[in-house]
Amino acid sequence: MITLSHWLKPEGRQTLGYHAALLGGVALLVSTAISFADWLTRADITQRQLEDLQATLQQVVPARYYDNDLVRDTVTVNDGGRTVVVYRARREGQVQAVSYQVTAPGYGSTEMILVIGVDRQGTLLGVRVISHSETPGLGDKIETTKSDWILGFSGRSLNDPPAEQWGVKKDGGVFDQFTGATITPRSVVKAVKGGLEFFAHHRAMLLDESRKEKD
Amino acid sequence: MNDYRGIFANGLWNNNVVFTQMLALCPLMAVTTTATNGLGMGLATTGVLLMANIVVASLRRWIVPEVRIPVFILLIASLVTLADMAINAWLHELYKVLGLFIPLIVVNCCVLGRAESFASKQPVAASAADGLAMGLGLTFALVLIGGCREILGSATLFAQASLLLGHTFAFLEMTLIENYKGFLLMLLPPGGFLVLGFLLAGKRVLEHAASTKKVKEEFHCSVQ
Repeated sequence: MITLSHWLKPEGRQTLGYHAALLGGVALLVSTAISFADWLTRADITQRQLEDLQATLQQVVPARYYDNDLVRDTVTVNDGGRTVVVYRARREGQVQAVSYQVTAPGYGSTEMILVIGVDRQGTLLGVRVISHSETPGLGDKIETTKSDWILGFSGRSLNDPPAEQWGVKKDGGVFDQFTGATITPRSVVKAVKGGLEFFAHHRAMLLDESRKEKD
Repeated sequence: MNDYRGIFANGLWNNNVVFTQMLALCPLMAVTTTATNGLGMGLATTGVLLMANIVVASLRRWIVPEVRIPVFILLIASLVTLADMAINAWLHELYKVLGLFIPLIVVNCCVLGRAESFASKQPVAASAADGLAMGLGLTFALVLIGGCREILGSATLFAQASLLLGHTFAFLEMTLIENYKGFLLMLLPPGGFLVLGFLLAGKRVLEHAASTKKVKEEFHCSVQ
């Protein structure tokens, strides 16, 4: 091992071989550390994410609608090239409500991610925003911590209000816009309507009790 | 150089990351909409700065100048990844508040700056002190700027601090003016630039006053 002893001397460190070995050695060291940390934390992180999902679903599907573990009772639907994971709330085996994510175009090229809960009849049980990048103080009134606006969707369905009034007031619809911000609520209203249309379109399949997937 | 007083004076004021070195301004503008966000980002960065300085200082004998930058980047990025995983797994409530900002620490040039200008030349203990001091200085700056923007923008201070620090710190949450209409400009990026500008000017004025006082005193001494 001539090279190794050579590298211990300062002048031996000016070689390409030493530079490569140093970079490689550090890369090996840190990837080992990261793999180890990943192994150590993976189970905890999965568990935390599951709890987060559960907490979100509970906000849009009231507890009286289900007695199953709705996080694990899923159907995957292919909707025009997009796959949607649908969580199903059952009571005594019968599907009472479903919950899934819908996305709405947000500020700039960002996306707002919403989760909605819909009962068997296609009535909205609740809508919540999971993530968005809207302007603080203007568009962020879609959050429940800032305003009650998003709660106004509960009880609505595709026929209530009628299709031509499924919009913000400025467009002749029934939903409020915020002072100084029309684009955000307009986008959310459109996405929620899209979510209801998705339910209407796939209703038979979503409510089919025999359909069950293992996770 | 084991002058710990000097190291802390440098980190907190004389050579403050934000107010003097003018580093870390990109994450600063993004997160300092509230004092709480500033505090969270500051503490997370302090942790990474401390670890990065310790690791770089302990490996400094083997690191050669030609490849030091990639080695530093590799070490810092890995430390941030480790911090991200650990906080996500074991401090999940904190992660929900800070999650978005943690990866931003990688692009915070003050971490690389300290590795380069201090930890690569100094012993481990001094480097750890430097990382801690610089981190606390950064935290101070972030909380100050976040606090100013929060007060002017939404008339609250330390909003949602209990989410970050636990319920014992709920007393920090203050609403200064009820039914405040809000001053949106302060919460948007221009507000960050404005507040930073005024604070920098303020620091200059303080330092200028201190140096003129010193000059006058010296002058009096020599006359007498």
